[in-house]
Amino acid sequence: MNEITSTRHNHLIDPTMHVWGWEIPLYLFLGGVVAGVMILTGIRFLRGQGREPSPALALMPWVAPIAISVGMFFLWLDLEHPFNAWRFYLTFKLTSPMSWGAWILLGVYPASILLAWVGTPERHKARIGRWVARIALLRRIEGWAKNNTVFLARLNIVMGAALGIYTGVLLGTMAARPLWNSALLGPLFLVSGLSTGAAFMLLFGLSDDERRSLSRADMGLIAIELGLLGLWMMGLATGGSAAQGALAVILGGPYTAAFWTLVVALGLLAPLAGEWLEYKHGALPGRGTAVLVLLGGFALRWILVFAGQATGWVTEIAMR
Amino acid sequence: MSDVRFGMAIDTRTCVGCAACVIGCKTENATAPEFSRDWIYTLLEGEYPDVRMTIRSERCNHCEDAPCVTVCPTGSSHYGPGGTVQVNPDKCSGCKACITACPYDARHIDPRSGAADKCTFCMHRLESGITTTSCQEICPTQSIYFGDLNDPDSKISRALATREAYVLKPDAGTSPKHFYLK
Ligand code: SF4
Ligand code: SF4
Repeated sequence: MNEITSTRHNHLIDPTMHVWGWEIPLYLFLGGVVAGVMILTGIRFLRGQGREPSPALALMPWVAPIAISVGMFFLWLDLEHPFNAWRFYLTFKLTSPMSWGAWILLGVYPASILLAWVGTPERHKARIGRWVARIALLRRIEGWAKNNTVFLARLNIVMGAALGIYTGVLLGTMAARPLWNSALLGPLFLVSGLSTGAAFMLLFGLSDDERRSLSRADMGLIAIELGLLGLWMMGLATGGSAAQGALAVILGGPYTAAFWTLVVALGLLAPLAGEWLEYKHGALPGRGTAVLVLLGGFALRWILVFAGQATGWVTEIAMR
Repeated sequence: MSDVRFGMAIDTRTCVGCAACVIGCKTENATAPEFSRDWIYTLLEGEYPDVRMTIRSERCNHCEDAPCVTVCPTGSSHYGPGGTVQVNPDKCSGCKACITACPYDARHIDPRSGAADKCTFCMHRLESGITTTSCQEICPTQSIYFGDLNDPDSKISRALATREAYVLKPDAGTSPKHFYLK
């Protein structure tokens, strides 16, 4: 029999850590959606030259600056010393993924706003367009952007990828939390971000062709995501005792039901089956599957952030 | 203090788990109500009458390779004098990355300031010329050794040279400077 007692009972640290609340998964989710939208709209710009996008798709790049602002607001809410947030921008710490993230977030704005502006049909620009035309500096920037759409589209793809990967690397580099400590979390969050980004776009009034191609892409993305989840679990299962103990929280432990039903069954398998059936029968991809993908992407981050904090290194207890 | 490397060791044979160090730290450092920078860990093994008990006074390990410093995005968590690990509350954003990065759960947020908080090895005492930490000073069984690991004649170096010792979670790769004498 082993019995451990500790006099420590620090709030949010003991008995299990819970310092990151609901704000963090919500931010990671929105970051993923933004990453996906930036990459997909960037690709659309590169491949769709000459083809007229639907009105909804033309305005889609605006999702990035808006959603990332909402996400950053939640991130800011989570800070215990929010009025020191500017300190992120006084330094760049090479070893800190959070520092990378702070600077990536700053790069997301100019890249996405410029691409969104040049893609916006003239009739929507209205008063802001007249305003831009009046200010010399803005006019110059607009002129530069219009001449460099290919560069801007590529920049959106790169920034989106950086954003998507970083949200996973942020957790993946934490050796102290074995459930997170996997290099696969970067690609997993990127692919999940692409999938939720595609699903988010499907909520709007896209053209039939656009819906079909996004839904087809999403099927592939979900399949890759399932594969990455499997590899991640395999890594934990074949790792040391800390990794195996961490995996147990979703294999029999307290997060088992939530993970397998919300993330795997409802969030991945059900929409994959739905999209495949729509494809098989030539039906137009609907919004139901898209909603499931979004809920699944949110559940993945929610469960990982909470379950991961509850895992740690327990191997030392019997050391003599 | 440039060539000094501060370390701490607990004599697990003489520590009785009275928690005087916990109270001493609280008094000295005026930590937030219901939070502590050090604590007593007790492990009871076996079935009566064949039982053994390990008692440890624990705190931040002032790791040589500290993940809390690595992840801190603002530079608030940093290596301080004598190889200690310190927090600069004025720079801290309260992002809590260091808290999740510490394998020992040695940190918490001080709700009064919103900044990360943990053991400083009583740096304010060291800087004013007092060579002991408050937990060491108050320990009734003198189970806490503190001093310069680089000085082979310091009491802690001697203890570590002559007795078997271990660190916590060595496979977490943090190289703690806090030891436990067997
Ligand atoms: S014990 Fe934790 S808080 Fe202290 S130096 Fe090591 S990682 Fe940092
Ligand atoms: S909570 Fe403060 S000390 Fe800790 S990582 Fe964030 S900014 Fe650095």
